[in-house]
Amino acid sequence: MRGKKDKRRKPPAEKAALTRRDFLRGAGVTVSSGLLVGTQVAKGAPAPAATGVVGPGAVPITLHVNGKTHQLKVEPRVTLLEALRNDLDITGAKKVCDRATCGSCTMLIDRKPVYACTVLAIEAEGHQITTIEGLGSADRLSPVMKAFVENDAQQCGFCTPGFVMACTAFLEKNPNPTLEEVEKGLGGNLCRCGTYAGIRHAVLDAAKAMKGGPHA
Amino acid sequence: MPSCKYDWPEAGERGLIGKRIDRIDGPAKSSGRAKYTYDIHPAGMLYGRMLTCPYAHAKITSIETSAAEKIAGVKGIQIIQPVGTEIQWAGDEVVGVAATSEAAADDAMRAIKVEYDVLPHLVDEKDLSKVGDRAQPSAAQTAGDAETAFKDPDAVISEGSYGAQVITHCCHETHGNIADWRADGKLKTWSSTQSVSGLPGQIGDGLRLQKVEIQNSDIETECQYMGGGFGSKFSPDRWCIVAAQLSKKTGKPVRIMLERNADLEVAGARPSYFGKVRLAAKKDGTVTGWDSDTWGTGGMGPSGNPPVPYIFEGIPNQIKKHTRVNTNIGPSRAWRAPNHPQAAIMTMCALDDLADKLGMDPIEVLKKNIDYAPEHLRKAYVEELDKAMELAEWKKLWHPRGDKTSGHLKRGLGASIHTWGGRGHNSMCLVTIRPDGSVDVRLGSQDLGTGTRTVIAITLAQTLGLPIDAVKVLIGDSRYPQSGASGGSTTVGGVSASTRRGATDARDQLFAVVAPSLGVEPAQLEAVNGRIQAAGDPSKSLSWKQACAKLGVKNIEANGKNPGQCKLGDSGVGGAQIADVTVDTETGLVKINRMVAVQDCGLIIDIKTAESQVYGALIMGITYSLFEEKVMDDQTGVMLNPNMEFYKLAGIGDIGDLVIHMMTGPGYDDRGVIGLGEPPVISPGASISNAVANAIGVRVPTIPITPEKVLAALAKGGMA
Repeated sequence: MRGKKDKRRKPPAEKAALTRRDFLRGAGVTVSSGLLVGTQVAKGAPAPAATGVVGPGAVPITLHVNGKTHQLKVEPRVTLLEALRNDLDITGAKKVCDRATCGSCTMLIDRKPVYACTVLAIEAEGHQITTIEGLGSADRLSPVMKAFVENDAQQCGFCTPGFVMACTAFLEKNPNPTLEEVEKGLGGNLCRCGTYAGIRHAVLDAAKAMKGGPHA
Repeated sequence: MPSCKYDWPEAGERGLIGKRIDRIDGPAKSSGRAKYTYDIHPAGMLYGRMLTCPYAHAKITSIETSAAEKIAGVKGIQIIQPVGTEIQWAGDEVVGVAATSEAAADDAMRAIKVEYDVLPHLVDEKDLSKVGDRAQPSAAQTAGDAETAFKDPDAVISEGSYGAQVITHCCHETHGNIADWRADGKLKTWSSTQSVSGLPGQIGDGLRLQKVEIQNSDIETECQYMGGGFGSKFSPDRWCIVAAQLSKKTGKPVRIMLERNADLEVAGARPSYFGKVRLAAKKDGTVTGWDSDTWGTGGMGPSGNPPVPYIFEGIPNQIKKHTRVNTNIGPSRAWRAPNHPQAAIMTMCALDDLADKLGMDPIEVLKKNIDYAPEHLRKAYVEELDKAMELAEWKKLWHPRGDKTSGHLKRGLGASIHTWGGRGHNSMCLVTIRPDGSVDVRLGSQDLGTGTRTVIAITLAQTLGLPIDAVKVLIGDSRYPQSGASGGSTTVGGVSASTRRGATDARDQLFAVVAPSLGVEPAQLEAVNGRIQAAGDPSKSLSWKQACAKLGVKNIEANGKNPGQCKLGDSGVGGAQIADVTVDTETGLVKINRMVAVQDCGLIIDIKTAESQVYGALIMGITYSLFEEKVMDDQTGVMLNPNMEFYKLAGIGDIGDLVIHMMTGPGYDDRGVIGLGEPPVISPGASISNAVANAIGVRVPTIPITPEKVLAALAKGGMA
C-alpha cells in the first residue's frame, strides 16, 4: 500500500451496499464480472452441447485451453473446473464454493469471465478457454499479476487466481475504472483472508500499467 | 553494537528489516502456479468421499455397503463409525469411499444405506431458559465486594445484554489431504495444515487408535501452500486417518478434501457467547463493579470462557458466572484470537453503554479506567487511542448517542481496545552456506498466507548481508527441523528468532574461515552489502562468493533455535480501533464508512505483510460483525446455510475505507518481534456494535448486526 489512507476513494456515499448480492446467475453459465449484469447469458459463452443426448457414460470431447488442444473423455455431469483440474492437471482455478458464488474458479471462455464450477465440460467444446496459466507465469507476470504482488493483494492465495482472472476481464472492458466501478466489477469474487484493500490498489495500478489493454 | 550477539540490529542498521518488501511467494500465487494440497495429484490417485449422518443426534443401527462396492470405479470402502455409535451432530462421518473418479465416489455415497435411531437434539442455545439439562454451570468467580459496590447509593448502574453468534472458519481451501501409503510401508501425506511438524505424530496416534500399525518415523507430511486455516487446521482430523486407511487398503494415493457443505458443517466453529452485564461506576466514569452472567456453546465440547472483564481485569469488585450449553451443532475449534472477540464485545459494549448513561465520551471512559488494564499496556493504549481518534476524526465526527440529523441515514462512531500475547513458539532451523555461495534455511514451519516465508527470508538475508533473492527458504516439510504450529500469532516470533540465531552462527563460522586470508580477527568482520569485510576497513574485504569459496568442499551448517540466548521477542500487544458506520433506518442496512486500526506488535520484519494482516483482520472483523452466522434449524437440527451463498462473507464493496497505523519506534521496536495475526481481529465486533448504537441511539445486542436486528432494535426504542 502506498499510503495508509486511500485517497482515491470518494467520501462515504449514500448508495446501497451489498452489490455482490444482486449478482446474476444465468442458467448453466454464470457471469463473474459485474460488468455483464443484465445479459442473461454472456454473448459468446458456451452454447448447449450439440444436438442429441450424450451420456450418462464418459464421452470424448475436445477442449481448447490456453491455445492448446486437449482430447479427453468425461462424463457429461463433469464440470469444466473438474475436467481441467482432475484430467488435465490445470489447477490454477480453485474449487471453493462449487456453486457460482465465490469466483475462485473464474476462467475466460471466449474472453468472457465465467464460473467454471457451473459450466459443464461438454458445454465448453468449441470455445477458447483461458485459465490463469494462459495469462502469464511466475517468471513472466501479467500486469495484473504484477500489481497483485506489488500491492500484496493476496494472503493465502487461494482466491487470487480467480481475482486475477476477473480483474483481467474487468479491465479489458473498463480500462480506466473508478474505485466504485472496481468494487462493483469485482463483486462476484470473495476472499476470506481479507485482501480487498490490496486488490483495490492492484486493479487501479494494473489499469495504469496496461494502458493499451490487458494483452499489451 | 548490540549487547548480545543475536540481538536485532539497532535502528538505522536494520537494512531489510522493517522495509516494505513483496512477499517472496507472491509471483507463484498470483500466477496460479502455487500448488496447494487440493492441487496435488499423484499418479493413480483415487478420490475419497465420506458419507455423513443427516441427523443432529442419532444412533447408527445398520450400515449396508454391498451395492456401493459393485459400482464401477469404487476401489475401497471404510466404515468410519460402526453400528451402535451415537452421533452428536449432523454431518458427522460414517463411511468413507475411494473411487477412480469424483462421480463414482458420489454414486457410491448414494448407494450406501445407513439407518439410524433418531434421538432428541438441541441446536439453539440463544435462549438459556429453553436449553433444559443441556446447561452446565462452568465457572463462577468473585473478586472484592461486588454487592456493596452495586448498592452504593452514589453509584451509577448500567445494564445491558450482548452477544456473539457461532461462526465458522470458511477457509477457501477446504480441510483435507492426500494420503499415499507406499509399498515400502511409509506414509506420505499432503495436508492442508497449520502444523507441518506436528502432523506425523498425530497421524500415527490416529491410525494406532484404529488398530492400524505404523511408526511415526514412517510418516511424512508436506504442505507448501495452504488456503486458509484461521485456527481450524491443527489436527489431521478424521479425514486424514480415513484417507490413510483407504490408501493402505487400495495401494493407491487417496485424496479426501471436504466438500464446501461439510467444511462449514463440521470443520470448525467459533463458540457463541451471550450474556448480561451490569456495571457500577462513579459519576466521573470510574468503574467500581462488574457483574456478568454469560453462556455459550461450543457444540458438545468446551464453549470457551472468554476473559471478562476484558482488558480491564483490575476492576475491583466482580461477580462472574458462566454456563456452557451442550448442543448438537458440531465441534468448535480455535478461531483467530480464541475467546477475545467475544470478551471484547461483552466488555467494550458494556462500557460504551455506561458512557452513554453517564453522558460521557466513551473513549474518555476507556481512558479513565485504563489503570485497570495490565500495567505494561496502559501507556500504549492511551497513545493508540489518541492516534485512532486523530485518524478517525473522532473529535469532529463523534456525537452523543443518536445521530440527530434529519433523514434515514444515521452515522455513528464506536471504539474498542484489545490485547494478545503473541510470543514466538518453539522453533528449530538449519542454515546451510555452501562453497558456491548458495544459502538456505530449512524448518518444518508453514506459511498460511501471513508471510512466514518472507519474514524468514528477510531475517536470513539481513543477517548474512545478502539481498533477499540470494537466500532460499525451505519450509512446509516435516523432514525439516521441527518448528511450531502456526496458531496464536506465535509463528513470526518463533521462526524469525530461530533463523536469526542459526544465521548468526553460520555467519560467524564463515568469518572464522575467511579471517586469516584478510589478516584480521573474525570478530572484526562484518557481512554487509554482499561482502565480508573488516568493520571500518572496506579495503580488507571479499565478495560473498569469494568468501564462500574458501570453504573448499565443506558446507557450513548451523542450527538455530527458539527460545534461546538474547531477547529477540516478547509477548503482549495492544491495539485500538474505531468504526465509523452509516445505518439506514428504513432498511436496517449497516454500511462501513471507515475502520481505523492502530496496532503495536514490537519489531516489524516486513511492514507490507504486517499491514496486510491488519487489513485482513479488519475485513474478517467486518464480516463476522455484519454477515456471518452458522444458522441451525431447530426442527431438523441441521445447518441451514452450509454454502457460500448464505454463509455470507463481505465482498470488496462492503468494507469501506481501511486506515491503519502501526506503532513503531522507541518503546515498541526494542521489544523484539511479537505476533500480529490475532490482535487486530478482536475489536471490530465491539467497535462496530458501538458505532451502530452511536448512530441509531439504541443497542443492537448481538452480532451479526443484520438489517432484521437493526429494525427490531429501532422498533423497541430507537430513533426510527
